[in-house]
Amino acid sequence: MNFEFSEEQQMVRDSIARFVQDDYDWDTRRAIVASDSGMSDKAWQTFAELGWLSIPFAEEDGGFGGNIVDTMVIMEELGKGLVVEPYLPTVVLFGGLITRAGNEAQRSSWIPSIIDGSTSGAFAYLERQSRFEITDCLTHAKADGDGWTLNGEKVVVFNGANCNQMIVLARTAGEQWDRDGLSLFVVAADAAGVNRVEYPMMDGQRAANITFTDVALNADALLGEAGAAMATVESMIQEATIALMAEAVGCMGTLNTKTLEYTKTREQFGVAIGSFQSLQHRMVDTMMAYEQAKSLLFKVVCEYKQDPASAELSIHALKVFIEKNAKLVYSEATQMHGGMGITDELDIGHYAKRLMMINTTFGDATYHRAHYIDKAYAA
Amino acid sequence: MDIAFSPEELTFRDEVGSFFDEQFDDELVARLRGENFKEAIVEWQQRLYKKGWIAANWPVEHGGTGWTPTQKYIYETERSERGIPGVIPFGIGMVGPMIYQFGTTEQKEKFLPGILNSETWWCQGYSEPGSGSDLASLKTKAELDGDHYVINGAKIWTSYAQYADWIFVLVRTSNEGKKQEGITFILVDMKTPGIKINPIISIDNEHSLNEVEFSDVRVPVENVVGEVNKGWTVAKALLAHERTGIADVAQSKRNIRLIKEAAAAEVNGGKRLMDDVNFQARVADLEIELMALEFTELRTLAAMAAGGFPGPESSLLKIKGTELQQATQELRMETAAYYQGVLPNNMDPDVLGHSWTHDAFRNYMYGRAATIYGGSNEVQKNIIAKYVLGLE
Repeated sequence: MNFEFSEEQQMVRDSIARFVQDDYDWDTRRAIVASDSGMSDKAWQTFAELGWLSIPFAEEDGGFGGNIVDTMVIMEELGKGLVVEPYLPTVVLFGGLITRAGNEAQRSSWIPSIIDGSTSGAFAYLERQSRFEITDCLTHAKADGDGWTLNGEKVVVFNGANCNQMIVLARTAGEQWDRDGLSLFVVAADAAGVNRVEYPMMDGQRAANITFTDVALNADALLGEAGAAMATVESMIQEATIALMAEAVGCMGTLNTKTLEYTKTREQFGVAIGSFQSLQHRMVDTMMAYEQAKSLLFKVVCEYKQDPASAELSIHALKVFIEKNAKLVYSEATQMHGGMGITDELDIGHYAKRLMMINTTFGDATYHRAHYIDKAYAA
Repeated sequence: MDIAFSPEELTFRDEVGSFFDEQFDDELVARLRGENFKEAIVEWQQRLYKKGWIAANWPVEHGGTGWTPTQKYIYETERSERGIPGVIPFGIGMVGPMIYQFGTTEQKEKFLPGILNSETWWCQGYSEPGSGSDLASLKTKAELDGDHYVINGAKIWTSYAQYADWIFVLVRTSNEGKKQEGITFILVDMKTPGIKINPIISIDNEHSLNEVEFSDVRVPVENVVGEVNKGWTVAKALLAHERTGIADVAQSKRNIRLIKEAAAAEVNGGKRLMDDVNFQARVADLEIELMALEFTELRTLAAMAAGGFPGPESSLLKIKGTELQQATQELRMETAAYYQGVLPNNMDPDVLGHSWTHDAFRNYMYGRAATIYGGSNEVQKNIIAKYVLGLE
C-alpha cells in the first residue's frame, strides 16, 4: 500500500501548478472567460506543447500511456486553478470514447490531433427530457446506403460552443430508455444540418444546444458497433467521473487555503477574524471535509487502477460524498469572506459555481445514492 | 498510488483469518458476555500474545509485530468482520508506548513484559473532578519525601480501575511557571495503601467508570516516567497515540453490518425495514462516510510508517471516528424500535425477544462518552486549528 506519486506524476503536477501561478492568475482567467470564445487558444497550445493532452492515451496511439492516477493529478491541479479550457470534454470524454470504441483508422485519425491541440472535442449525449439518464435518448440515426442520417437535439453539450468535432449518442434501434440500440457517431461541428445555440454556463464553460437535421454521415462516422454503445459510454463516464471528482478536490483545497489566508489577515473588532473560535472550528470542519474527500478519491483511484469494475460502488459513494462536502466547503468559504464572498470580482464565488456544476455533472448525489442502494442492498 | 495486496499479504490475510476462526471460539464469546469479563478478555489477549500479535503498533525490539500499515489494515479488517473485541487499550495502547519511548531501562524491563502478556491490568489517571477538557489544570499533587513521592488528590472517569493492578497518573510536582509545566507522569501500584476506588454507574447502567482517591499514597521516585515536571510531553504523546486508535473504524463497520442484519429481519407493515428507501439512504450515507474515514486512517498509517509518530492530524481521526461511531450506534438503536428501551433485568434475553437490542442500548449509551474522552472533540478542533491551520 502506498499513496505516493511517481516522479513523473510529481513533475506533471508541478508543471501545471507553475502554469497556473505564472500564466493563469485570476485576472487572466477573468479575461479569458469574458472573451468571445471563453477559452484561451494560447493556453490550449501550451497544454499541447507540455504534453498534458497526450497523457491518458496509449503509447501505440502516440500518447504518454498514463493511467487514472495521472488523470487525477492533472484534474486536481486544473481544479485548483479553476482552469476553464476543455480538458475534460476533449481529452477525457471525446478522447476516452475514441480510445475505447475507435478502430485503428479512427484512433489514428483523431488521437494525434487531440494531442497536438487541433481537435477540440465534445460528447453530445444529454437531451431536454433526459436529466441524468443516458439511455433516455430520442436522437436517432437511420441507415442510409453505406452511411447514416442523423436527426434530433442534444442539450448542455460541454465545449459545445467551441468544439470542432463531437461524438453524438443516437438511437439506431429500440425505443426511448432502451439500453440496446444506442450508437456513437463522430460528427464535424460544421457539417451540413448541424445547428448550435451557444451559451455560457455559470462556471465559465461555454456549452451549446445542438440540433441535427438530416445530417448525412459516412459509414466511418460510426464509432464501435451499432446498437452497442452503452457499455462504452458507461466505462468512459466512470473514468470521467473520477477525473471530475479530482477537479472538485482541487477546487475544495484552494477554497480552504484562500479562506484560511483571508481569516488570518481580515481584522474586525481589532483582531484577525481567524482568532474567533466559532470560525476556527468551522475551518477545521472544512479541512476535514477536504481531507476525507481526498481519501475517498484515493480509494476509488486505487480500486479503479486495479480493476475498473471493482470501483463501481465506490464511484457512486464518491459522488455522494463530494457533493455533501463540497457544499460545506464552498458555503463556508462564501460566508467567511463576508460581503466580498458574494461579489463577482472575487474568485470564491466562481469556485463555488464550478463545484455546483461538478456536483450535477454525471448525476447528482440523489441519483448516485439511488444507484449505490440498488447495487449494495438489492434484496 | 496502489493498494493491491501482494501474494505475501494475501497469505497473511489467510493466516489471520484462520487464527481467529480457530482461537476465537464460541465458548470464549459466551464468557466475554458473562460475569467474568476480565478473565475472558485476558485469556483472549494471552492467546494473541502467544501468537506474537498482541502489540500491532509497537516496534519489534520491544515485542511489537513490526507490521506494515497494510498488514495492520488486514488484521483490523479480519478482526472486525468477526466481531472480535480490540485489545484493552490502557496497557498496550497507552502506557506501554510511553514506557518504551520515555522510560528507563529498568522500567522497560520491569513493566513491558507484564503489559505484553496481559498479566498486569492498567488504568489511566488523567482527568480529575475539576480538570476535564482543561487537563493541564490538574491538582492532584505529589510531594517529594525522601525517595518517595506522596500523592494526594483524586482522579475520575477511570475505566476498569476495579480490575487494575497499576495506574499511570499525571500529578502536579510544581506550581511554578505555566500550568503545563510542573506535571509529572508516574506509575502507581494499585495495592499501595491510601488508594480508594469509588464506582460510578454510567448512563448504560454498567460499572466500568470510577473515581480513584489518593490519600498520602507513597510512590518510589523511580516510578516517574520521563523527566520530573515534564510529564505534559508524555501526556501529549500518549493522547496522540490514543487518538489514532480511537477512530475505531472496525467498530463502526461492525455496527453497520449489525444494522443491516437486523433491518433485514425487522418488518413494518409487511415490508422489510431494509427495503425502506429512507432507511436505505441512511445506511448508505453512513457506509459512505465510513469508506472515507477508513481511507483517511490508511493515509495516516502510511504517513506514520514513513515519518514516525502521529501528529495533530490524528485529531481528525478522533473527531470523525467518534462522530461516526455515534451515528451508527444511533441508527442501530432506532432499528431496535421499542426494544431499544427494554432492560433485561438479568432475565434471559431470548425470553424477552430481540436479544440483540440490549447490546445496541449499551453501545449507544456508553458511546456518548467517545466524543468527550481522549480530549473532547471541541478540544481536538482547537488542536487542529492551532497546530495544523496555524490559527491563534
